[in-house]
Amino acid sequence: MSEEATSHPLKKAKHQRLALVVVAVIVLVAAALIATWALRNQASFFYVPSEIVSDPPPAGQAVRLGGMVEAGSLVTKPDGVTIDFVVGDGDARVPVEYKGIVPDLFQEGSGVVAEGRMLANGTFRADTLLAKHDENYIPRELQDMTAAQKQAAIEETTK
Amino acid sequence: MHGFANPKRFLTIARPLTPALLVLGSLLLCASLTYGLFVAPAERLQGETVRILFVHVPAAWLGMAGWSVIAMASIAEIVWRHPLAAIAGRAAAVPGALFTAICLATGSLWGRPAWGTWWEWDGRLTSMLVLLFLYFGYIALAGATAREGVSSRISAIFGIVGVINVPVIHYSVLWWYSIHQPPSLSMGKSAMAPEFLWPLLAATLGFSLIFSAVVLMRMRALLADAQAEARLRRKALDSDRGSAQGDW
Repeated sequence: MSEEATSHPLKKAKHQRLALVVVAVIVLVAAALIATWALRNQASFFYVPSEIVSDPPPAGQAVRLGGMVEAGSLVTKPDGVTIDFVVGDGDARVPVEYKGIVPDLFQEGSGVVAEGRMLANGTFRADTLLAKHDENYIPRELQDMTAAQKQAAIEETTK
Repeated sequence: MHGFANPKRFLTIARPLTPALLVLGSLLLCASLTYGLFVAPAERLQGETVRILFVHVPAAWLGMAGWSVIAMASIAEIVWRHPLAAIAGRAAAVPGALFTAICLATGSLWGRPAWGTWWEWDGRLTSMLVLLFLYFGYIALAGATAREGVSSRISAIFGIVGVINVPVIHYSVLWWYSIHQPPSLSMGKSAMAPEFLWPLLAATLGFSLIFSAVVLMRMRALLADAQAEARLRRKALDSDRGSAQGDW
């Protein structure tokens, strides 16, 4: 009986605190969303080719360019350490030149992040190349399969 | 749920649950890591370094899950004022910080051969580092302001505010162009071959069971600490009274 009488004000305080926490969490989430929205361009690690093409950075300014190394675009110069390739994102393409050792995962059809600067002639000169791995994890054995088997196995995995 | 919030009832459940979780988690972890490190095939592009996955992903998951536990415990503490919630938050902080550090270290070891860099100030990497610093802040704050093993309200508020970083970590690779690959697993879809997927899921479960066992152990230790402190205080009070009477 007496518990009934005392539990009401306690319950009320509990509800008030619950409401306060819920409001605080909503405000926090809204603040975080607004902050990340404001950051959305600045917080990206690199620019994609369509951004570079539509809004080119000033020649000589250090930027990162990321995208896919287009199949068939990779050319090794006669000196053996200088390479040319094209980075594309499906919409735009940027030719890149680089001199140095490439990471193991760097190859045609795969992702790459190049650090460097645009030259006046529209070529990107990279000082550093980083390879980008995609979300697909495929065993090496698949390499020994025929193209059709490989495709079937990959589709089985990624569907 | 309210029944388990009673420290005595909690102990009767936690005592047998701790070794059970520990044994089950260790068995699962041994099996999955043995398979992952020695039997699983090399990956098409990454080669042998793909094996780091079986430690890196569970560590990342537990680093984020650890802070989620802190946040839920903090809300329970502020709304229901229950000391066990505060103890749960403090108990999850140290293992959470450890797994976050493991995630950063293994990620760095993988990044050097795969990407060609130990570290980049990328959205995913940076937000994970921020999580580690948040853990350090929480541990210092909760430790400094704890009374009789119960953490203060200020650390509970810190725990709730810090949880904002958890979705930022998760979505960092989707919102922003990132060097880090997007998640391979999402809502019933897997971009991972079963040879990698199953040991990864088993290792994640194994690490999680061990994490839960460690949190329970730490909760019991913090509870025992609080009881010992309360007993000492009572004793000191009694002997004060005794000597005062003697002087009288």
